[in-house]
Amino acid sequence: MSSRARLTLGQRGSRTRTASRPRAAGKVGDRVLFGLCALAGLLVVLTLADVIYQLANNASPAIHRFGLGFLVHTTWKPNFSIEGAGALIYGTAVSSLLALVLATPLGIAIGLYLSMMSPRRVRGVVGPLVEMLAAVPSIIYGFWGLVVLVPFIYHLEPGLHSALGFIPLFGPPSTTGISLFTAGIVLTVMILPIISALSRDLFLTIPAELKDGAEALGATRWEVIRGIILPSTASGVGAAVVLGLGRALGEAIAVSFVIGDVTQIHKSLFEAASTVPAEIATQFPSPVNPMQTAAMFYAGLVLVVIAMLTSLAARMIAGRFDVSAAMMGKVV
Amino acid sequence: MTDWDRDSRTASQIIRGEQPAGRVRLRTEPVLPVIRPEVNGSATESRPAVFDIRDMAVYYGSKRALVGTSLKIYRHLVTAVIGPSGCGKSTFIRSLNRMNDSIPGFRLEGNVLYHGHDVYGGRANRVEVRRRIGMVFQKPNPFPKSIYDNVAWAARNLGMKRQLDERVEEALRQAALWEEVKDRLKDSALGLSGGQQQRLCIARAIAIEPDVLLLDEPASALDPVSTAAIEALMHNLKSRFTIVIVTHNMQQAARVADRTAFFSLDSTGADRTGTLIEYGDTETIFRGAKDPRTRDYVAGRFG
Amino acid sequence: MSASTPITLGESGLFDPTAPLTPSGNLRRRTVVDRLVRVSATAAALAAVAVLFIVVFDVARRGASALSLGFVVHNSQGLAGGGIANDLLGTLEIAVAGAVIAVPLGILTGLYLTEFAGARSRTARILKLALDMMQGIPTIVVGLFIYGLIVIPLHKESGFAGAVALSIVMLPLMARASQEVLLLVPGSLREAADALGVNRWRTVLTVILPAAVGGIVTGAILAIARAAGETAPLLICDSIFNPTATSFNLFGGVPSVPMFIYQSYDLPLAQAVDRVWAAALVLMGFILLANIGARVMLARSRAKMGR
Repeated sequence: MSSRARLTLGQRGSRTRTASRPRAAGKVGDRVLFGLCALAGLLVVLTLADVIYQLANNASPAIHRFGLGFLVHTTWKPNFSIEGAGALIYGTAVSSLLALVLATPLGIAIGLYLSMMSPRRVRGVVGPLVEMLAAVPSIIYGFWGLVVLVPFIYHLEPGLHSALGFIPLFGPPSTTGISLFTAGIVLTVMILPIISALSRDLFLTIPAELKDGAEALGATRWEVIRGIILPSTASGVGAAVVLGLGRALGEAIAVSFVIGDVTQIHKSLFEAASTVPAEIATQFPSPVNPMQTAAMFYAGLVLVVIAMLTSLAARMIAGRFDVSAAMMGKVV
Repeated sequence: MTDWDRDSRTASQIIRGEQPAGRVRLRTEPVLPVIRPEVNGSATESRPAVFDIRDMAVYYGSKRALVGTSLKIYRHLVTAVIGPSGCGKSTFIRSLNRMNDSIPGFRLEGNVLYHGHDVYGGRANRVEVRRRIGMVFQKPNPFPKSIYDNVAWAARNLGMKRQLDERVEEALRQAALWEEVKDRLKDSALGLSGGQQQRLCIARAIAIEPDVLLLDEPASALDPVSTAAIEALMHNLKSRFTIVIVTHNMQQAARVADRTAFFSLDSTGADRTGTLIEYGDTETIFRGAKDPRTRDYVAGRFG
Repeated sequence: MSASTPITLGESGLFDPTAPLTPSGNLRRRTVVDRLVRVSATAAALAAVAVLFIVVFDVARRGASALSLGFVVHNSQGLAGGGIANDLLGTLEIAVAGAVIAVPLGILTGLYLTEFAGARSRTARILKLALDMMQGIPTIVVGLFIYGLIVIPLHKESGFAGAVALSIVMLPLMARASQEVLLLVPGSLREAADALGVNRWRTVLTVILPAAVGGIVTGAILAIARAAGETAPLLICDSIFNPTATSFNLFGGVPSVPMFIYQSYDLPLAQAVDRVWAAALVLMGFILLANIGARVMLARSRAKMGR
């Protein structure tokens, strides 16, 4: 504290603030704070760039060896030869798509229920419970999926095959229940809370007066939803779905438990398969040779580029909605 | 009585109820503008009653908002609901078509009979109630759709697919909006001015031909020109619909309404509850009200 | 569009107003549709809650048999015996170390977004996009990234590498949480401080951050809970360790509960499987309790703020 500082009030003098010397020191403090904050922000952006760099760097032997054909060729037998991650990419795409097809209507329906069809007390309980689904760690979904879900689906698959077997997707049931289908189901459970919580929040942003106006015209609840609420929030819900897709694409542990480790493309969902993240999880800790490691980095590079593109797409689709995957259950 | 020959006030001063300069008014009667709707007072009682409200009381949780309201609303008349702010006018009108149902803690006692049927009865379908008893709100709330779709939306829901274009046009004409929007029906309704949006809301309400039209302070958020336009509508619309209009502007009530209900706060109980003070022909309410509180209010002594 | 018979609105006999207030016209059909939608949506919500309960109860049921105080307190003794105390400790070390990196960085990033960059400015949008992208990176790829960045130069896997990987997972959550909390601090506080001639940094340190500390703590708890459950980064960066030892050295291998589960789950011994379920129960219990606790804290602070 400067000894020159004197607090005078009223008309006695013109000095009604502390002396200027602390202000100069304050300027430094301000600049330091700004510098720290800006550095933090810069660090975030640089980290993203470094992720790409590190992956590309470690993948370069594989990139040079396989080129872009890596994305298409499907031979992935590390002990014999690797030509490409096509089978893995196929498995990733199909399992994620299955999860999307199931979780999107369910998630939107739950979002509608939580925002428009449930009494206040119920939504205060059911809402957080649905969000808790996202809090369960993926290893528990994987382990539980292996022990409980896999036998259950093992019993389900024959029925599905006999009912829908004319579609090649639903081929002969697997011998153990470990299959692409099971992975899709696990992913559905994992991305459902994302879509439902974000949808619910979006639906709640519609002002009450708009709903009142619609209801005063003799419209049923569903008509209000269909005619007013869904069209107004379509872009936000779209972004939420894309975010769910991104989550499904990247899930490694839970999928690795229930999908088997078969790097081959089959038409049937009931066959074992593999995905890019699951394969990395399974094989990275114990590689057969350095080229396999490089190939996994290459696959990881492809994966992260796709993931970043989905994040970008989600933000672009969201438009005026601020849809972010930071669904921590709202800190405030 | 006003000596019109020696009154030097302008028309707007008269409407606003300003006193003539140089004269001290001792009596309580208000100054009314010259334009008044016609009503045959004695025939009112023999008209069919659309609403028969018996001892209606409204509670939000434990708080009593409205008490002991009994009145009849008659067909093809404009009935105004006036009173100071917070006296339950909005609560009253929203209770007529069950728009208060979604408010937590809402509870209604007494009966609201619509053509003899209890609006809150077990067999009454809420959506059907609102189909017959439409509502226009204080703040214009057009849908984020085109002008055409705003008007057509509810009609489509109700299955009115034939002659939809004609229906939309007629509704917009009745709401005195057609000429202004006929060339841009596909434009977004949100691009209209406030007064136009409110007329759009009226148009979409009448497009489905309800039996009753409730208006909750439809002009309070609008400029005077739009207000005048909407008041002019009342006269046209009442031949086809029964209209109930809440307004905090009593001169507006005097201008458009055939019957007027005066609500106020009843401070005899522990907390202040809205209650119906007096109800009758507009002429009577404004010129010779029976209750002193009514006379005080229309004279501008409070509110 | 052609001018056919003009419509007169009102009195065209669409319905009889004096009829009882039961559905008229097509309302009966529309009500059926409405009811169908309502039932489906309710069923979907109930199904989701049911799945949660099934998972939780299953884990609890299977894990309860091996769960005891000793399980939590004693160290692991090889493949078939002992508790998970060293794993729990390891998880705590790694997660807290990750938080030590992510929480300050998250707060600073949040501060940058609320105090220094305009809400609509280019830098703010880029930074928010970067945070979203960072959050979208699959955790296994985060593991690969840190493997290249830290494990390879150091020639070994370590708890430290795991901690840095987890900090990347936590950072976007902390940044978003901090930003939301900081935005809630009323602008009048800032204006009052400015009017008194207080420097920006002092205002931030002594007025704004203290006001936001509740939300930041909640966010940190949730972020740590999230990090504690992550397996993929540890699988890549910290999977080599002595399963019986307690480690206090972050720069060596550090055991953790998720890794314990991952590496023990397919053991043929029945007791081993029981222990795995118990570990899963402990892990899941901790995370769910942290979530519930955070929500309760949230509800209380909201009630205090009178919202």
